[in-house]
Amino acid sequence: MTAIAHPSGHQEEHYPGGLLRWLTTTNHKDIGTMYMTFALIMFFVGGLMILAVRAELFQPGLQLMKPEFFNQLIGVHALVMIFAALMPAATGFANWMIPLMIGAPDMALPRLNNWGFWLLPPAAILLTLPFMLALFGIGDGAIATGWTFYAPLSVQGGMGIDFAILAVHILGISSIMGSINIIVTIFNMRAPGMTMMKLPLFAWGWLITAFLLIATLPVLAGAVTMLLTDRHFGTHFFNAAGGGDPILFQHLFWFFGHPEVYILLLPVWGLMPHVISAFSRKPTYGYTAQVYSFIAIGLLSVVVWAHHFFTAGMPVPALIYFMFSTMSISIPLAVLFFCWIATMWRGAMTFETPMLFAVGFIVLFGIAGLTGLVLADVAADAQYHHSYFVVAHFHYALFAGGIMGVMTGVYYWLPKWTGHMYSEKLGKLHFWLTVVAFNLTFIPQFFLGLAGMPRRIPDYALQFAEFNAISTVGAFILGLSQLLFAWNIWACVRGGPKAEARAWEGADGLEWELPSPPPHHSWETPPVIR
Amino acid sequence: MEQASLPSQDNSRLIRRLLLLVAGAFVFAFALVPLYDVLCRATGFNGKTATGFATGGLPAQVASPAQPRAAVDRSRLVRVEFTGTVMPGLPWDMRPLQFSVELHPGEMQQVSYLVRNLSDKPVTGQAVPSVSPGQAAQHFEKIECFCFEQQTLAPGEAREMPLAFIVKPEIGADIAQITLSYAFFSLDGQRQTLTRNREEK
Repeated sequence: MTAIAHPSGHQEEHYPGGLLRWLTTTNHKDIGTMYMTFALIMFFVGGLMILAVRAELFQPGLQLMKPEFFNQLIGVHALVMIFAALMPAATGFANWMIPLMIGAPDMALPRLNNWGFWLLPPAAILLTLPFMLALFGIGDGAIATGWTFYAPLSVQGGMGIDFAILAVHILGISSIMGSINIIVTIFNMRAPGMTMMKLPLFAWGWLITAFLLIATLPVLAGAVTMLLTDRHFGTHFFNAAGGGDPILFQHLFWFFGHPEVYILLLPVWGLMPHVISAFSRKPTYGYTAQVYSFIAIGLLSVVVWAHHFFTAGMPVPALIYFMFSTMSISIPLAVLFFCWIATMWRGAMTFETPMLFAVGFIVLFGIAGLTGLVLADVAADAQYHHSYFVVAHFHYALFAGGIMGVMTGVYYWLPKWTGHMYSEKLGKLHFWLTVVAFNLTFIPQFFLGLAGMPRRIPDYALQFAEFNAISTVGAFILGLSQLLFAWNIWACVRGGPKAEARAWEGADGLEWELPSPPPHHSWETPPVIR
Repeated sequence: MEQASLPSQDNSRLIRRLLLLVAGAFVFAFALVPLYDVLCRATGFNGKTATGFATGGLPAQVASPAQPRAAVDRSRLVRVEFTGTVMPGLPWDMRPLQFSVELHPGEMQQVSYLVRNLSDKPVTGQAVPSVSPGQAAQHFEKIECFCFEQQTLAPGEAREMPLAFIVKPEIGADIAQITLSYAFFSLDGQRQTLTRNREEK
């Protein structure tokens, strides 16, 4: 972005020009920008895949594609959105904002930071390459098992699975390097006087995410490594004929998979209080309560994994344990919700785009939480498992909770990053289109799930036709309205009204004490924390 | 400069600890493999019966089988149902000769499956049992079972494969029905078929 293309004057350095500069940069702002750009591109790639899926589901019957290709699209859509869009977006925020917010001159490990980013493009290519290869008649396309890689299906599938396994390895290494960097930065590079309990909530959210990543991603890496050796080296980890156990794969996968949900959401929960407090012109309510809620959610998230496969067969005591532990997560989560609402209470609220997204996030993510409680109920889950109800539930969590949270942060900090104000009019239009289209897409899916439509099928019974048609129309409006988002960012990077250092009247925090855009090297003298 | 050297020492110590955590988590994934197996056998999770299979050896406690240690519980009847699936890649056909038996807990029963090789080649298979409900699995003791070892059938051969078992009297009073299910896997077929498929493409 232009902010970085013109490092403000006082300190001239020699940068390699052009592409080499971006390949070799160790500046946290450059790397943050690259992460965000990569995430935005992959957001559209993953979006195009699912629009093709929705187009196929517009009517019953097979119109556009073969079921095999359909299966590949849904699996790669999920992997791209989770690993190549949401996680890099969160890491991009961390790179840009954590040093600015805690008064550090840069991330603690700048070279590792560069490497962490540049592992992402090869991984994204590995993930999508099998599609291209299949066009030239090589192999049978990308991973077709869904993003969960369940054995024994994934032991039997084609080479797309090997590509996905290796992509997950690389993405995992990248995320772990990012996490180590963030933990070291937060622990060792805070400005003097900034104690842990004065740390901005965004940094707290990311700190928990980083620890979760370090504790669970290696387990996923181990699981897919076992899968790889089962596929090619004659081991029997998941092969029942050799004494292995396919259900074990589900345990290993979801031991990572459930914390992953909170890995995606904690950075967003961390940035929410900043936005809400800025546009309510009140200090954040319940800082300490929010910190402890983050920690509680982080701890609980690693002990509830088996609720993802209640129907795989478990003894009743295990079912009951996983049901109640899952439901207990709603307690710290409710604390967060009430803190956000209490921050708004009697505030002088205005509704600029970031605040609109924040409020929209609270409402829609609340629906994700409530439907999650329904799914956590063992008796109800037997009915809803693997239905469209689940699909709608986790899109409320990961689109309304994750992606809309990321958009909140982007609109909030874009003036800081670029030095320009974006178009408020386009931003508001983007918000309303997104919210309406999102609900139009996913509310019908709740009904479809309740009526018994299973997920991951390209064709369906006639009675599901109307709701699927509505959902597809919603999805296309949702997808197209994201072009407004990209355009708004692009226009803001290119120009626009000058943003002040404190771009939002009520914004609080160290990042707003730097000019917009901040100089290439910021906080070389640490700020004083009162 | 002493200011700069101090945090860098701090950094490398913290990095080492975090890397240790990463390595620990990776090892933990592999440690879960035996742990999970032990847990399943101890609790009957996942329908795994308490006796060993697949290794080919008879479990230790079956060394002196024949008469059960506890007396037969004549006061109630448990119904045991038999089912079997032949997994893809194994050109066999299997069915239990009796679909169910009613027995008193503690009493030994013998039943057989009829298994037939439909192909014109000798084929080796391995049966893997599963008992549901899972709570019954740990009280379901197989004394003799074709699943203890690999079975090889000549081309077109049909064989009665016997199975002797006891449902222990300690089984929960609320369990009136148990299903024993076998999945027969091809041992020489499966992996080769997979590899061959891939090579052909």
